[in-house]
Amino acid sequence: MKQTFLDGIIKNNMVLVLAIGLCPALAVTTSAYNGIGMGMAVIFVLVFSNLLISLLRNIIPKNLRIPIFIVIISTFVTIVDYTMQAYVPPLSRQLGVFVPLIVVNCGILGRAEGYSYKHPPHYSVMDGLGIGLGFTIILFLMGTIREILGQGVWLSIPGVFPGFQVFGEAFTNSSVILMILPPGGFLAIALLMGLFNHIRMHK
Amino acid sequence: MSLFLLFISAFLVNNIVLMRFLGLCPFFGVSSKIETAIGMGMSVIFVMTLSTIITWFLYRYILIPFDLIYLRTVVFILVIASLVQFLELFFKKQIPGLYSALGIFLPLITTNCAILGVAFLNIDSDFGLISSIVFAISSALGFLLALVLIAGIRERLENAPIPDALKGLPISFITAALMALAFLGFSGFMGLSL
Repeated sequence: MKQTFLDGIIKNNMVLVLAIGLCPALAVTTSAYNGIGMGMAVIFVLVFSNLLISLLRNIIPKNLRIPIFIVIISTFVTIVDYTMQAYVPPLSRQLGVFVPLIVVNCGILGRAEGYSYKHPPHYSVMDGLGIGLGFTIILFLMGTIREILGQGVWLSIPGVFPGFQVFGEAFTNSSVILMILPPGGFLAIALLMGLFNHIRMHK
Repeated sequence: MSLFLLFISAFLVNNIVLMRFLGLCPFFGVSSKIETAIGMGMSVIFVMTLSTIITWFLYRYILIPFDLIYLRTVVFILVIASLVQFLELFFKKQIPGLYSALGIFLPLITTNCAILGVAFLNIDSDFGLISSIVFAISSALGFLLALVLIAGIRERLENAPIPDALKGLPISFITAALMALAFLGFSGFMGLSL
């Protein structure tokens, strides 16, 4: 069970290894806080959809499974969407259309089809936690790189906390704005993926 | 906003792939050859326009009157999935020529977040039917443009000397970053902002 969890984080990492869930990974990671918020939403959906599908795996008919998976996943996505709109409205506005779009994150449907439809509930929950955490870590790293270079601060939360000053005032006033614009997202993930490949090759 | 400005905005300034980050999976998945890129782009234009029309009517005339807005995610994804299935069967039986050109891309489109994303964006921006259709077609054209451009570049990258760690996806991301940088130049064009 511990292995299932660890595999989810590294060996089956959604973004770096499988290159899935790229849209939210690039779109919302203008700050570390947004990255964590998106990651949490995905963890919730993954864990609960994995649990429910695994509990129902003997009842769901084989040739109807995909539409049923989609309905289950979109139910949990709707729950997350409305909960975030109610309790963290600024975050919900920042993530925008990407919260309801968790439905079409092929990683979640992929886990339903490839893992939880064939494994007992406790393993499926562990798998959901591992995959979700692996995704969150990458989003957090992307957000960290882009926020520090693009704004000079780290872990800022709009309206609550201005963030840690990383390079001092002078940098903040003339930061690399490119990094929080769309090209910066592509650049950050390219370098992160390259670094990951490099570490894997020289291990 | 006039329809022409809407077209320029969705096609270039807010390009759906490079600026809004929607539809990245097919953008990197089927962009190694120009022919497949064109096939995928055409399928997206077709499905995006149809799904926009259907979801617009569903939202206006069923979900709003019956106070079922909270069901929009479930309803939209099911509508898109069944539309794609239906189109696949319809082409296979009625228009085999089109099926052989677009058929293999159709199943991939269900999980293309650009289709669902455009349906949501239409609602969030409160577009009327005509604006929605123009927005869908110009977004899909923008997708086709970005896909064909990167496919052309990736065909040439195949023979280029690239560091081992950056081979494959990472170098494509760097290519996309440079393309996005170029598209960033369109912001401010005709007074349109990002």
